[in-house]
Amino acid sequence: MITIKNYIRAGSLQEAYDLNQSRQNRVIGGMLWVKMANSNVNTAIDLSDLGLDTITETDSEFSIGAMVSLRQIELHEGLNKYTNYAIKKSVGDIVGVQFRNMATVGGSIFGRFGFSDVLTMFLTLDCDVELFKGGIISLEEFSKMERDNDILVRLIVKKTPGNFVYDSMRITKTDFPVIACGVSCVNNEYRFSVGARPAKAILLRDEEGILSNGISEDSISAISKWVAEHTPTQSNLRGSAQYRTHLIEVLIKRNLLKLRGEISGNSNNFE
Amino acid sequence: MEIQITLNNRTIKSNIEPDCLLIDWVREHGCYSVKRGCETSNCGLCTVLLDGKPVLSCSMLAVRANGHNVQTLEGLQEEAKDFVEFIADQGADQCGFCNPGFVMNTISLLRENPNPTDDEIRAYLSGNLCRCSGYEGQLRGIRNYLNSKNK
Repeated sequence: MITIKNYIRAGSLQEAYDLNQSRQNRVIGGMLWVKMANSNVNTAIDLSDLGLDTITETDSEFSIGAMVSLRQIELHEGLNKYTNYAIKKSVGDIVGVQFRNMATVGGSIFGRFGFSDVLTMFLTLDCDVELFKGGIISLEEFSKMERDNDILVRLIVKKTPGNFVYDSMRITKTDFPVIACGVSCVNNEYRFSVGARPAKAILLRDEEGILSNGISEDSISAISKWVAEHTPTQSNLRGSAQYRTHLIEVLIKRNLLKLRGEISGNSNNFE
Repeated sequence: MEIQITLNNRTIKSNIEPDCLLIDWVREHGCYSVKRGCETSNCGLCTVLLDGKPVLSCSMLAVRANGHNVQTLEGLQEEAKDFVEFIADQGADQCGFCNPGFVMNTISLLRENPNPTDDEIRAYLSGNLCRCSGYEGQLRGIRNYLNSKNK
């Protein structure tokens, strides 16, 4: 159980940041993961009044506030058109509609949780994060950083031309993933994001140029094997490291096959 | 902390602790249809509508609902009546514990999407767990309701 002594709706990012410097205080995001902990919070910091719950689309990018809910990105027409509905696919199995109305994009990304479909998905995009003190850095860099006391303000998804496919394996449909795989081809660069390893998602690229002559049955098999071999996995109650490695190869292969179809109009089963 | 919530069209002022959860607050105000079925924000039994959107009241601080509109099944009897009989006709409910949360989320589904496909029904209600049934009876009930409405 979690206990909270004080609750403050921050009036500014500065106030939220200042409050967050104490280790006893906690930004509560959608409060879904925070609530799971057995802890005593001195001050719960709520970012709800900072206008961070909107998605803004321009010709070149999407700006997604940290307090935007998973349901909002699931239903956002522009984001889903741009990602071939991979965004919808990535969050659609997260518990239920009620949960996704509460869980925030910022909470999921800032937490860099191992189970995060959201982090896995967004790593396939050309995406930056804006931190109140740390400024704008790439999501890939942010994903490798240790958790600190900064405040995540928003995500910036650039509309770099690309194709995106997402899939996950779950023991039961609405549970955490056993493994999550996103594949994209952004500006002709292939990206492979693997989450729920069960550690937090990592992003791999085709370093050996296996796909440099295009995606054929053979090169898809070869790169899927390569990604599986180069992704560290571990065992936990949802599956063994060996099983995960096997699943990575299968899902990367499937995603690439879909991506190949994508170019002629296939998508993430949400046509 | 002083809060003011409109619960089923009644404005209530109350003084709460900062960590009071919305589920406990609505139950304290007589809404016993709202229940805890898990401790992992997974079962959907505690579903209420916050400004019309379904949320898990077990995972929301009551103070976050300050100034907002909260509805529970107690306040939506008429709207529920339309389709619950179709579900009952299928004998879908066994113990009935999950029913209020299920009905609340079905109300929300039908408001958002008045003519859902079976897959859309399954997807929307996937966060409402029932441990007696296999969901088929509920699905048939909702399907029969939609068919009768569209006749």
